[in-house]
Amino acid sequence: MIWYIVRRLLQMIPVFLGATLIVYLLAFAASGDPILTLAGDKPISPAVEQQLRAQYNLDKPVIIQWLIYLGNVVRLDFGVGFNGRPIADQIAAAFPVTIRLAIIAVIVETVFGVIAGVISGLRKGKLIDTTLLILSLLVIAVPTFVLGFVAQFILGVKLGIAPINVGRDPSWQNLLVPGFVLGAVSFAYVLRLTRTSIAETVGADHVRTATAKGLSRGGVVTKHILRNSLIPVVTFIGADLGALMGGAIVTESIFNIPGVGTLLFRSINAGEAPMIVSLVTLLVIIFLLSNLIVDLLYAVLDPRIRYAK
Amino acid sequence: MRSDNRAPQRPKAQHWVAPLDETPLQEVDAADTSSTPRSLWAEAVHNLVRNPVFIISALLILLVLFVAAFPGVFTSQDPTYGNLSSANKPASAEHPFGTTRQGYDTLARTVWGTRTSVIIGFFTMICSTILGGAIGALAGYVGGWIDEIVSRITDIFFAVPMILGAIVIATRLGEMNMWTVIMVLSIFGWTNVARIMRGAVISTKSQDFVTASTALGAGSLTNLLKHVIPNAIAPVIVTATVNLGVFIVAEATLSFLGVGLPTSAVSWGGDISRARDALRNQPMMLFYPSVALAITVLSFIMLGDAVRDALDPKARKR
Amino acid sequence: MSAAPDSATKQPLLEIRDLEITFTTSTGPVRGVRTANLEVYPGETVAIVGESGSGKSTTAISIAHLLPKNGSITRGQVLFEGRDITHVSEKQIRALRGDQLGLVPQDPMSNLNPMWKVGSQITEALAANGVAKGAAAKQRAVELLEEAGLPDAKRRAGQYPHEYSGGMKQRALIAMGLAARPKLLIADEPTSALDVTVQQQILDHLDTLTGELGVAVLLITHDLGLAAERAQHLVVMYKGQVVESGPALEILQSPQHPYTKRLIAAAPSLASRRLVSVAEREEVREQAQEHAAGQPSEQANGPIIEARNLTKVFPIRGSVPWRTTPFTAVDDISFSLERGTTTAIVGESGSGKSTVAQMVLKLLQPTSGRVLFEGKDVTTYKGSALKTLRRRVQPIFQNPYGTLDPMYSIFSTIEEPMRLHGIGDAKGREAKVRDLLDKVALPAAMMRRFPNELSGGQRQRVAIARALALDPEVVVCDEAVSALDVLVQDQVLHLLNDLQAELGLSYLFITHDLAVVRQIADRTLVMEKGKLVEQGSTDEVFHSPQQDYTRRLLAAIPGGSIPLAGAETIDVEAPAGPADETVTEHGEGPEDIIDPFSQAGHV
Repeated sequence: MIWYIVRRLLQMIPVFLGATLIVYLLAFAASGDPILTLAGDKPISPAVEQQLRAQYNLDKPVIIQWLIYLGNVVRLDFGVGFNGRPIADQIAAAFPVTIRLAIIAVIVETVFGVIAGVISGLRKGKLIDTTLLILSLLVIAVPTFVLGFVAQFILGVKLGIAPINVGRDPSWQNLLVPGFVLGAVSFAYVLRLTRTSIAETVGADHVRTATAKGLSRGGVVTKHILRNSLIPVVTFIGADLGALMGGAIVTESIFNIPGVGTLLFRSINAGEAPMIVSLVTLLVIIFLLSNLIVDLLYAVLDPRIRYAK
Repeated sequence: MRSDNRAPQRPKAQHWVAPLDETPLQEVDAADTSSTPRSLWAEAVHNLVRNPVFIISALLILLVLFVAAFPGVFTSQDPTYGNLSSANKPASAEHPFGTTRQGYDTLARTVWGTRTSVIIGFFTMICSTILGGAIGALAGYVGGWIDEIVSRITDIFFAVPMILGAIVIATRLGEMNMWTVIMVLSIFGWTNVARIMRGAVISTKSQDFVTASTALGAGSLTNLLKHVIPNAIAPVIVTATVNLGVFIVAEATLSFLGVGLPTSAVSWGGDISRARDALRNQPMMLFYPSVALAITVLSFIMLGDAVRDALDPKARKR
Repeated sequence: MSAAPDSATKQPLLEIRDLEITFTTSTGPVRGVRTANLEVYPGETVAIVGESGSGKSTTAISIAHLLPKNGSITRGQVLFEGRDITHVSEKQIRALRGDQLGLVPQDPMSNLNPMWKVGSQITEALAANGVAKGAAAKQRAVELLEEAGLPDAKRRAGQYPHEYSGGMKQRALIAMGLAARPKLLIADEPTSALDVTVQQQILDHLDTLTGELGVAVLLITHDLGLAAERAQHLVVMYKGQVVESGPALEILQSPQHPYTKRLIAAAPSLASRRLVSVAEREEVREQAQEHAAGQPSEQANGPIIEARNLTKVFPIRGSVPWRTTPFTAVDDISFSLERGTTTAIVGESGSGKSTVAQMVLKLLQPTSGRVLFEGKDVTTYKGSALKTLRRRVQPIFQNPYGTLDPMYSIFSTIEEPMRLHGIGDAKGREAKVRDLLDKVALPAAMMRRFPNELSGGQRQRVAIARALALDPEVVVCDEAVSALDVLVQDQVLHLLNDLQAELGLSYLFITHDLAVVRQIADRTLVMEKGKLVEQGSTDEVFHSPQQDYTRRLLAAIPGGSIPLAGAETIDVEAPAGPADETVTEHGEGPEDIIDPFSQAGHV
């Protein structure tokens, strides 16, 4: 068990380094000069330019820049944004909002997705199964931003039961609709995955043996079908957190939520490379951590892993 | 034999034999040559064409492809001709779906947008499948430290969400066209194909028929190309089909965010984004491109489902 | 037992009348069972014998309403203690499951839930049937495991299934099936996945246990010898129909139905004789040697294959990742294979017999030792020399479902080796494929078919044809007939034997089944845990085994001691002492469990 975790942690290191390097290269090294972008049309004095370049270490080779940057990140120093505010502060302001949004989305996809998937899988081929399946297909087919517009239009504009724009310092309540929109596509995937997994486990030999022991249907389902079926679902949800962060850009821009997605999108449009790199690095860390949690959950769910060397 | 504390409880020793004419003896392991020979692929096609999900999705895809190939059949309007004097008009004989705020014909935009989406979806699918398939097959087949390295590289790209990565590249590249969108999406879209190919190759390469082929004198490259990949390709095909739909959504999302195709290009994502401002007065402007997008994506996802049902060995057993 | 009143004993515990079971499939309804009639009286053991697809398991499973969703009883009745339970409600059948009808399922590997401790899976059965709860149930579970013959039951109850060996799992399943003291135990091939010595132990134990408890047993098995040894009453099923039933010995000694006769003739454990007389074999060997002498080979009269001090050591992952413990799978094995003869390597799982085969086939490199082919050391062969060697030494594997590439037609499967070695032109190769199919008794029309359309036996025959396509001199058969039904197995063994006589082939025959060895081998090697225990001519090994282990193996052949006209019985004093079981398998991590389809299409 301990070596299982150690191995996973060791595997995370190259992934973290690689992912940040790629983003770093893309943001800084690819065509376009961030300083010129910053300066925009205004002419910039060579002295200021020189100072800015030194400040962002742009006068050194890219790899060195990246290493310096990594060193700073480890010390939780993300540097200063182009607008003069420390990047860490800006992120700290936006981050809690997105976290709330993501929590709602994860709850939506997990709770509703698993429940609907279990119902669907146990009633495979029945009306309720077909209905849920069609629903999931529709949710997958309609892109998040269309879903967002429609929800905003109907719930916010027509019915007036939800705010159209969430604005600053959003409450949990105000984030409910955006959270549902963000979690919708993942909900559909969780539903489908749970359904397949359940339907497969229902036919397993050990389930028949459990039935033969005289267990009630409820006992068989809760003890022998659910737990065995949930493992692939847990994997999916863990890996999906990354996709959720990507989706947050869309959702936050629709509902005007001042979260990480909005911050990221704004800095991308402004070409603010240090901010982009910091945010993506943060998202990669979240992604890796959530995968680590999934690995640990695995071990909780499946004794075979707990005992593997 | 068992030492018994149970006395025989049968009333009498019955020895019963079924009449032979009711239970005729057949030849041991007789070869059945009556049916027509059918390969696994033929079997899959046979199952596929009987699946209503496949028929519906195939018809929808044919429709989408037809619209993409011959947009002129459905509209005579130029999607890029904006006539501000006739902007924001409801449906009329001249503009069956109405016009946009810029005075574009909504029908023409929707019809011509199909081509953009289909081309981007299709080529991104091809690129990412070739890239991911090759990488996954290499990692799975060679194994060892090469697998370890390649898998980590896959993880790296997997850790950066597709939309996020695409946005970062897209802003760097500046003005995008269809081919740069395809490239950008492919760079971050190959990872799930690679993972699935790797898994399928690993489970196939340990099968007896691969060992048998080695023992017959086949080299490892021959084995990979002639035995392993053909047997591992089925789940990859399923994933690629579903991915096609996902890439179409991704392109629309990029255009929606304003980092994909330029505003001058005809794209559902861009149109949906612009329709937002007119939502209150003209919801149908949002409706048409959204429905077109949803139907296209839906048809590819359903096709993927149907193909999976036809190819999955577990489903086949039932 | 004191004489009970007649009226009480005459009532059968279980009665199945004219049972018909239909499965709805995508190609229409399929009848799994056509007509089944049988009775089980309290306390007796009744065995249903049949090949795969005969409907024996389906019949048994239907009693407790455990058929898969697409199967249902379409005609006939199931009476339990005189009560019709054919179509009773789910609730009523649940009341019977566990404490009236117990089940010991077939495959120990897949029938325990990997997520729960074994003890809790038994406790659950006790609680569900109202036998015991809480701490009492836990205590009882340990007792039950002990009763099923599991050593150190207390510790074992707290372990997970993956920490158990196959035999231990089977014992746990027996404990589970008997937990609520059912009146009838349905034992569906309870030991067919296990080694013979373990099988014998477990069946002995089951016998004693059910005898003591007075539990009636409905034993489902494909092995006629085993059935006759364990049951008082036999029911023979064929293609969904009961063709014969009666007292076990009577059926064995005077079978009436032609199918039963055929089964008895083919059962290797019962009718073991050499397939070809020694004299004929001698001829074959001489011919082969003459043939070889005609070629410019100095070693023509020596053995065609010789293994010298073969050893294979695998590194096994230890408790910490950077430390591995060496595991010696094959330890200093030497033997020789004479031209035109068969040498068999017998052993149980984990004996290293297949590793030897892999080294001879040059699919694995030995850690030390050498393999000589016609006296030349081939251990270091590479490139074209290896390719030439591969032409002359061919394998046939165990699993008929894995041995053929499902994407290749039968024609391309058999043609592949010739194409690989650039032999002949398209026309010549086709003629050769036809000839080979004819040799393995398959119609030429099979050429255009695909493996998924063939039965297991037919696939194995195609595998033989493929192996023969390059006119090899040595064929290594790794459990080549083990997965086949008795009749098909018999057929393939005859085929192999005929081909040997016709083509002068030399076989290295790897098997766990001693009964098969007697039918086909000239020399026999017995392996245990990587070591060579005994070797000698097959007659010597069977008639005067020198080692305890060999004797144990011989004694464990089911039905070997039943006297039958025309067959020699195997009568060996089995030495005392248990066959040890060690847990060899390890739990698979999630990254190792590969099911591409479970992920395909998810983003």
